[in-house]
Amino acid sequence: MKKVLMGNHAASWAAMLSRVKVISAYPITPQTHIVEELSEMCADGRLDAKFLKVESEHSAMAAVVAASSTGVRTFTASSANGLALMHEMLHWAAGARLPIVMVNVNRAMAPGWNIWSDQTDSLSQRDTGWIQIYVENNQEVLDTVIMGYRIAEQVKLPVMVCYDAFFLSHTYEPVDIPDQDLVDKFLPPYEPDIFLTPEDPRSFNALVMPDVYMEIRWKIQRAMDQVYDVAAATGREFEGIFGRSYDLIETVDCDDAETVLVTTSSTTSPARVIVREMREQGQKIGLLKIRHFRPFPSKQVADVLRGKKKAVVVDRNISFGKGGIWADEIRGACSIEDDMPQIYGYITGLGGRDITPELLREIVDDAQAKEKPDSLLYWKGLKP
Amino acid sequence: MREDYPREELMMSGHLACQGCGGSAAMRHVLKAMGPDTICVIPACCWTIISGMYPYNTLKVPILHTAFETSGAALSGIKAALDAKGDTKTKVMAFAGDGGTFDIGLQSLSGAAERNEDVIYFCYDNEAYMNTGIQRSGATPDKAWTTTTPEKHPKRGPKKNMVQILAGHKVPYVATANVAFPEDLIAKVNKAKQIYGTKFIHILSPCPPGWRINSEQSIEIARLATYTKVFPVYEVYNGEEYHINIEPKEIPVIEYLKLQGRFRHLTEEDVKEIQNRVDYEWRILLHKAMDERFRH
Repeated sequence: MKKVLMGNHAASWAAMLSRVKVISAYPITPQTHIVEELSEMCADGRLDAKFLKVESEHSAMAAVVAASSTGVRTFTASSANGLALMHEMLHWAAGARLPIVMVNVNRAMAPGWNIWSDQTDSLSQRDTGWIQIYVENNQEVLDTVIMGYRIAEQVKLPVMVCYDAFFLSHTYEPVDIPDQDLVDKFLPPYEPDIFLTPEDPRSFNALVMPDVYMEIRWKIQRAMDQVYDVAAATGREFEGIFGRSYDLIETVDCDDAETVLVTTSSTTSPARVIVREMREQGQKIGLLKIRHFRPFPSKQVADVLRGKKKAVVVDRNISFGKGGIWADEIRGACSIEDDMPQIYGYITGLGGRDITPELLREIVDDAQAKEKPDSLLYWKGLKP
Repeated sequence: MREDYPREELMMSGHLACQGCGGSAAMRHVLKAMGPDTICVIPACCWTIISGMYPYNTLKVPILHTAFETSGAALSGIKAALDAKGDTKTKVMAFAGDGGTFDIGLQSLSGAAERNEDVIYFCYDNEAYMNTGIQRSGATPDKAWTTTTPEKHPKRGPKKNMVQILAGHKVPYVATANVAFPEDLIAKVNKAKQIYGTKFIHILSPCPPGWRINSEQSIEIARLATYTKVFPVYEVYNGEEYHINIEPKEIPVIEYLKLQGRFRHLTEEDVKEIQNRVDYEWRILLHKAMDERFRH
């Protein structure tokens, strides 16, 4: 069934199709439509789930952690300051190895108050142990939430699906909504081995001494390492049933490219336009879209970039005192590889400023005009 | 042993509590009444330690250890999951200290109470952050010494009234209890189990290291807290109906205060002030409870 949906409602539909049992959320723009729609779905019986309308995002995450520990599939969503308030419980969710799936609509952090698109909110949750996936369009929102449960429940780690405020959250696009039967086939009921029950009275998240803590952390890293194969296999399986394929990265025209433009989220769409244009003009340019931030697809990215002259990374985020976060991750991934390109990092589009094809063209031209990078970060689109 | 005191032990030996710990006695009594079909939420507090380190569990019920400020939310999440599974048998309880209840956990507790989640919240109140080493909390009594309220600058202002805060949420059942009166505590737990909605039971639980008392004095001093009216034992139904459960005695507060090192710096004037406040609050409580008696 095709419907014209805003990105937020695509997320709600995905949660419904995934047959989540407990939802807990708190309102924040631009995420609120997701939970409004889910409230309707619960109220009219389309979704058989308990919806906890809690008093803060911190409690939203604490409640889904507790519900997931009790052995049911859970969902929540947030943005920016709400996600930041959840921070402690994000660590809790991953540390307790719970397959929670949440949506984060990327919104700029205050102050000053800004409800528009910026990735710094979720990228700064980097070390919480969540799998993070950044998506480009509303179809990918829906598909990735459903795939998120499949991945999360296999590796026992939570998944955060991230997309741009307004560019996706409030923008209507045609979305193919899969049949419930097919989703059920792809995503079987969640039946964990261990959960809170008086029949098997265990102590969850108990005090651990230095003699075991480190091994628990090692196991989380090992689970992250499994995600590369699990996510790729899940994408292939998804394609087999629904006809749309997904991997940790996507490439366009990279094989013979000398310059590779690297993008994430909805910025990839205008990038597709200029890469096509520049190809038509005879330029050897390709596009690398990175979907996974954690685990970072270091090997996949290095394999694409090997032998290229320049990688031009667009960051709608900033780590103050360092630079663009994706650019920095790519530099890290390249550091143990041979034959890597020069890496140019551009900060642009912060706080919802448009990233147009023209702006991306300016960025590529700027990088191509340089003999070598003389800074870890460049700004583009700054007002004089 | 009285016939109505449950024999079943759901709290085992080998726990890590200090000698004379009121909080561990409180858990033992509470679990006897709760029974084995219980899931227990424990936020950061002394009980994080007392229950035993991985892979041990001193309780025969499952525990969800959760972050300091999240008991109300964690209770709600477990209850929602049980509802989603169609489990109507398992009860959900939290066992939180005073810091996790009066201070950092107040918001999520208020949220759960406002939604009238069908859960039981126990606060074992030892009147300071004892697990981190006796720092003052919103439950610390006026003029008491703690490591963050030294004798030269003791706690100023009265203890926060959690019963009033919960009663203000109009939840069906709020009660105080005292480890020195286990039959009353157990009766209250049994009552709470029969009531739908949010139940809050506030248990005075002495802490020998924190109160600067000997471990064998723990119960004696707890009993004096109620007999001197410092800690009245009463119930509030639906935020309106007050019932006093244990009759105090005509004992001045000095008899309670003088046994505790945390009050050793008090002047005569201080004691008089504390006595005046205790008398005043008792009159208010009596008035509320009397109103109820007059109405029927």
